[in-house]
Amino acid sequence: MRINNYNDLVEWKKVCPRKTDYKINVLVCNGTSCLSSDSEMLAKLLEKEMIERNLKADIRIIKTGCFGFCGQGPIIKIEPDDVTYVQVKVEDISEIVESHLVNRIVVNRLLYKEPNQKELVEQSSGMKFYKKQMRIALRNCGEIDPENIEDYIVNNGYFALAKVLQEYTPDEVIKIIKDSGLRGRGGGGFNTGLKWELTRKVPGKEKYIVCNADEGDPGAFMDRSILEGDPHSVLEAMMIAGYAIGSNQGLIYIRAEYGVATDRLYKAISDAKEAGLIGKNIFGTEFSFDINIKLGAGAFVCGEETALIRSMEGFRGEPNKKPPFPSVQGFRGKPTSVNNVETFANVPAIILNGSKWFSSIGTEKSKGTKVFALAGQIRNNGLVEVPMGTTFREIIYDIGGGHPQGKEIKAIQIGGPSGGVITKDFFDTKIDYESLLGMGAMMGSGGMIIMDEDSDMVKIAKFYLEFTQDESCGKCTPCRIGTKRMYEILENLVNMKGKPEDLDRLRYLGENIKNTSLCGLGQTAPNPVLSTMKHFREEYEAYAYRTKKTTYSIDPKLCIGCTKCARNCPVDCIEGKVKEPHYIDESKCIACGACYEACPVHAIIKP
Amino acid sequence: MRNKILDTSTLDKELLKQLDAYIDSLEGDKQEHLIHVLHKAQDLFSYLPQNLQLYIARKLDLSGARVNGVVTFYSYFNEKPVGKYIISVCMGTACFVKGADKVLERVLELTGADKNEMSKDGLFTVKDVRCIGACGLAPVMTVNDKVYGKVKPKDVDDIIRHYRSIQYENK
Repeated sequence: MRINNYNDLVEWKKVCPRKTDYKINVLVCNGTSCLSSDSEMLAKLLEKEMIERNLKADIRIIKTGCFGFCGQGPIIKIEPDDVTYVQVKVEDISEIVESHLVNRIVVNRLLYKEPNQKELVEQSSGMKFYKKQMRIALRNCGEIDPENIEDYIVNNGYFALAKVLQEYTPDEVIKIIKDSGLRGRGGGGFNTGLKWELTRKVPGKEKYIVCNADEGDPGAFMDRSILEGDPHSVLEAMMIAGYAIGSNQGLIYIRAEYGVATDRLYKAISDAKEAGLIGKNIFGTEFSFDINIKLGAGAFVCGEETALIRSMEGFRGEPNKKPPFPSVQGFRGKPTSVNNVETFANVPAIILNGSKWFSSIGTEKSKGTKVFALAGQIRNNGLVEVPMGTTFREIIYDIGGGHPQGKEIKAIQIGGPSGGVITKDFFDTKIDYESLLGMGAMMGSGGMIIMDEDSDMVKIAKFYLEFTQDESCGKCTPCRIGTKRMYEILENLVNMKGKPEDLDRLRYLGENIKNTSLCGLGQTAPNPVLSTMKHFREEYEAYAYRTKKTTYSIDPKLCIGCTKCARNCPVDCIEGKVKEPHYIDESKCIACGACYEACPVHAIIKP
Repeated sequence: MRNKILDTSTLDKELLKQLDAYIDSLEGDKQEHLIHVLHKAQDLFSYLPQNLQLYIARKLDLSGARVNGVVTFYSYFNEKPVGKYIISVCMGTACFVKGADKVLERVLELTGADKNEMSKDGLFTVKDVRCIGACGLAPVMTVNDKVYGKVKPKDVDDIIRHYRSIQYENK
């Protein structure tokens, strides 16, 4: 099908296959996480069964993007019954087909069971994980086949672009996005409409739209999931942005590590080109647009926009000072608007539903929703999208299901290596850009790492600093040398070679690096240390004053004298008679944790 | 390095031809495509030895230093030969808090390789890598394109044994 005008799109939508054309749709998650547990094989087996049982006319198997419920993958969802099966294995397929698809009996054993839940919940909409979520950026993820452009069109795909080209001037498009209150989802939270306006105002015919898909924060994977699950939404938004700022060339800068997402993007671009949706005179208008992919090569700093632009030009990805901002002087020295994947994914929805709809969601200054990646010590790992203003408590306990073993959660690290920690006293805070900054953290890309009472905050901070000092590009001194010195101080502390003065030195150094670094990487690198030092000072002091216990010990009241710990100890430092409490010689203990793993009664006390 | 004599005798002629064809197919400013060319070269040759870097530099009319600067900046590019199986242990935050360091330790022990170096038998290269975005499966390790999730140190034994045995069967 080739689209030459708006009516062609309307006609095409009418003949696209719909879910209602089938009695049953079986959605199989083919996101990276589920793919690694063989979900592609599940889809193949289902497809084979459909052919063998002659059910293809009634039942469609759809390979979708991410459902967000990654910790329970692979996921299979059956519509219209609204039943979600979790942790499905190859050997479960014939039962799902025979029982559910043929005889319409739900396979209870594959349903997700909430902790302490007595009755089984058959309907996915009844699952706590989904109840409080609101999906705008992820609206098509887990709903459609990302490799099928017709699946996108039947869900009003490319209608936002058509509407923009038919009804609005570029200034009107910018006004809609500005009025909606959409802010950049990749880190800083700059107003998207304003960014477009600034780029539009700079004179010149050659301008660029860049999609920043160099998602590098450890623990964040929302951009990858959007690109894998709904690539066309990003392409459509890039074209809307191109029309708004007066550009006809878009580039997607994506990490080389994101193989599945890159393949799906190439496919989406080629399908859209074939349909005439990318190319010359789109919808028969004067507007032309082309989109190309630029691969990264493994450098965290390239998520910073000026470094990203250098990398796209074929150089080492070192940042430049701002101003000039990319909106004035960007790719090839021309005005460039760099926006993040999740930001783009919101745009078509805003155009179709209006700025008022979008700005009615969220808090006063942060509108719409935000996707968060939940990881660490939490029951439901995965991706969740919630309205801005949702509290941490709702995300961790209602959606995330709390700690997997019911331990106390002591803090959340948010914003990756640029962010900070939120302690449990602040779990009732409504999340938005401002409230996070007020707490010494930042939204970043929205990675949330949940930490329990056993997590050592000094070691976590050291971990982040090791990451940033390794990823520092080396161009400016505060970041190159400063982060290295901070890391050394932390290493000394952790190895019990620190001094009380080290804490002041750390803070002094951290503040200086923040104030004097060239780009966002250095300016935020000390955040994890400064924020953990503020909230967990006692943990730092335990190291600085060398009062921290670093070896394991045994609780004599709990020990049953089974000797398992002694038999597992690699340095033979555990002694005791059978059926009598054992004890650990702390001068010999190497803190390997072998005894902790071996103990059947949890009598071993961690350092 | 400009004046250094380019010796391509150690490079496979057929692969060089494929690389040439790729470079010739690129549109627009070829120098801007340097990173893509390096990706292609690494796909073909599995790593980027110095003479290959110089070959690319000459081909794109860039200095050898410029190409080497880019190669060494990005962690994705290898200057040294890599094993048949590249084992990457994710050291992202989620994996770290779930004990990825112990997994890495076990991998290094079993393969006998040093971090970021090839093992003596040429079978494995072990890397610790940045977050690969499969945090729901933490801790995660990959062997070439295959992802292993929720890996415990003791699972590593089976994984390594599996790849050694494939190798044995192929012989």
